[in-house]
Amino acid sequence: MELHELTIAEARRLLAKREISARELTAAHLSRIEALDPGIGAFLTVTAEEALAAADASDQRLAAGRAGPLEGIPLAVKDVLCTRGVRTSCGSRILENFVPPYDATAVARLRQAGAVLLGKLNMDEFAMGSSTENSAFRVTRNPWDPDRTPGGSSGGSAAAVAARLCLGALGSDTGGSIRQPASHCGVVGLKPTYGRVSRYGLVAFASSLDQVGPFGRRVEDAALLLEAIAGHDPADSTSAREPVPAFAAGLEKGIQGLKIGIPAEYRAAEGLDPEVGRAVEEAVSDLARRGAQPVEISLPHMRYAVAVYYVIAPAEASSNLARYDGVKYGRRAQDEAELLSMYRKTRGRHFGPEVRRRIVIGTYCLSAGYYDAYYGKASQVRSLIVRDFAEAFRRCDAIACPTAPTPAFRLGEKTADPLTLYLADIFTIPANLAGIPAVSVPCAFSSAGLPIGLQLMGKAFDEETILRLAAALEEERGLFRRRPG
Amino acid sequence: MGVSKEEILHVVALARLEIGEQEIDAFAGQIGEILSYIDRLREVDTSGVAGTAYAGFLQNAFREDEERSHLPRQEALANAPEADGESFLVPRVI
Repeated sequence: MELHELTIAEARRLLAKREISARELTAAHLSRIEALDPGIGAFLTVTAEEALAAADASDQRLAAGRAGPLEGIPLAVKDVLCTRGVRTSCGSRILENFVPPYDATAVARLRQAGAVLLGKLNMDEFAMGSSTENSAFRVTRNPWDPDRTPGGSSGGSAAAVAARLCLGALGSDTGGSIRQPASHCGVVGLKPTYGRVSRYGLVAFASSLDQVGPFGRRVEDAALLLEAIAGHDPADSTSAREPVPAFAAGLEKGIQGLKIGIPAEYRAAEGLDPEVGRAVEEAVSDLARRGAQPVEISLPHMRYAVAVYYVIAPAEASSNLARYDGVKYGRRAQDEAELLSMYRKTRGRHFGPEVRRRIVIGTYCLSAGYYDAYYGKASQVRSLIVRDFAEAFRRCDAIACPTAPTPAFRLGEKTADPLTLYLADIFTIPANLAGIPAVSVPCAFSSAGLPIGLQLMGKAFDEETILRLAAALEEERGLFRRRPG
Repeated sequence: MGVSKEEILHVVALARLEIGEQEIDAFAGQIGEILSYIDRLREVDTSGVAGTAYAGFLQNAFREDEERSHLPRQEALANAPEADGESFLVPRVI
């Protein structure tokens, strides 16, 4: 039995029956990381000793019959989530030496559930990017083709799960940063409803859009991880008091009679690869064969979503990133005798180019004379996008479209032109603007052998329906049997 | 819509960023291009539409104003670039 090929659900059963130990499961993954990660670059930090100690503690709890729901499961988290005593760099030089004094709530809940954390995963600096190439530390390669990016910004999370370096992972999604890399790496990635998962200890990028969410190789795995991290947290006043359903058990309900909305607009989207378009049509036919009912819907303001996002996200980021001033944590430009010049040099030298670019755009859009024309206008169009979804969900239970317009692109292909890269998020951004849940599930492989993801968007707090649809497609297609490399 | 070098310099100063001369020129070009893409928002009739600042499923979150535990001083100072065991140290302000 290859331990790294197990699903989380299978590993739980084997651990519970004591047929495998948490220690051997963790050790197997640590050796894979050691052997394969130099060629992939998914991890920024590997916490081998802590992981083995946690695995031993899991084995003791398993023996004592006190196992948590993720007892002994080896996972890893994006380096945007604070981990007590373990460096959290956010992919940035400015936080290169930052060691958080507390755990993010999502991380604490994984630990409480018994999970074993293997380390911290690479990402675009401050989660700004769609290829993980904006990491200040290393390149992450797509496990299906080392010359291509894994997507981003949670590229390390998607690549680590695809390459069998961990059984599941957490990422964060502000404009597609979980779903797009999941699509490019052939794994399942879920952005929950805004407020479903606490953002406490998530390094802030754009606070009205950020959500923490899971990656898994199977839909059930993503559902199990979501169950562990979801729910109200007094430390995040925007976290919702909604009850958390048993998402994994809910997958068995099937999809008979569910209405899937197909937004006519996606077919005319800029840069849609015809192969991706066909894969989505076929996936919808498969779901229809299983009893779902496709209906045409319209999201007329979808074509403005990228423009809205590239005002709102940088505006919020320019405010959130003001805290990196070289005083309380992070790096400081040395030998500056004057405060203002210390601020300027600290921020100018230690933020990378994309972060500086977005701070400048955000500050510009919020500055006197431009606020109404940019931020005010964008927030009004955001309302129209929210309204489009409300209208659409009167006619359907979920909405299907591509996750990304193309399969994974080549390393270096889009680094010269920021705007082209921004357009890679065209299908994922609307769900963040409206705060609704969305999942990417593998639906096909391109002629070049690259994974293609289907995106399913749901009503607020109805992750259950999109997970059920994703599970039905997964079963129908059986693509999880294909392995990279 | 183009953005002048002066406008970039003004915004860079507001944002407390030091940016090199060459990058200012590159930024002016790239940001001009991004802003002209954003200008498509002008096509949309938003008269009478209220703005959305957040996704909007939330009620006000009230809680009692009670004393709670906080980080011990040493932990709060542990990541500071410069501290003296009591306070964060910064360059002279006055």
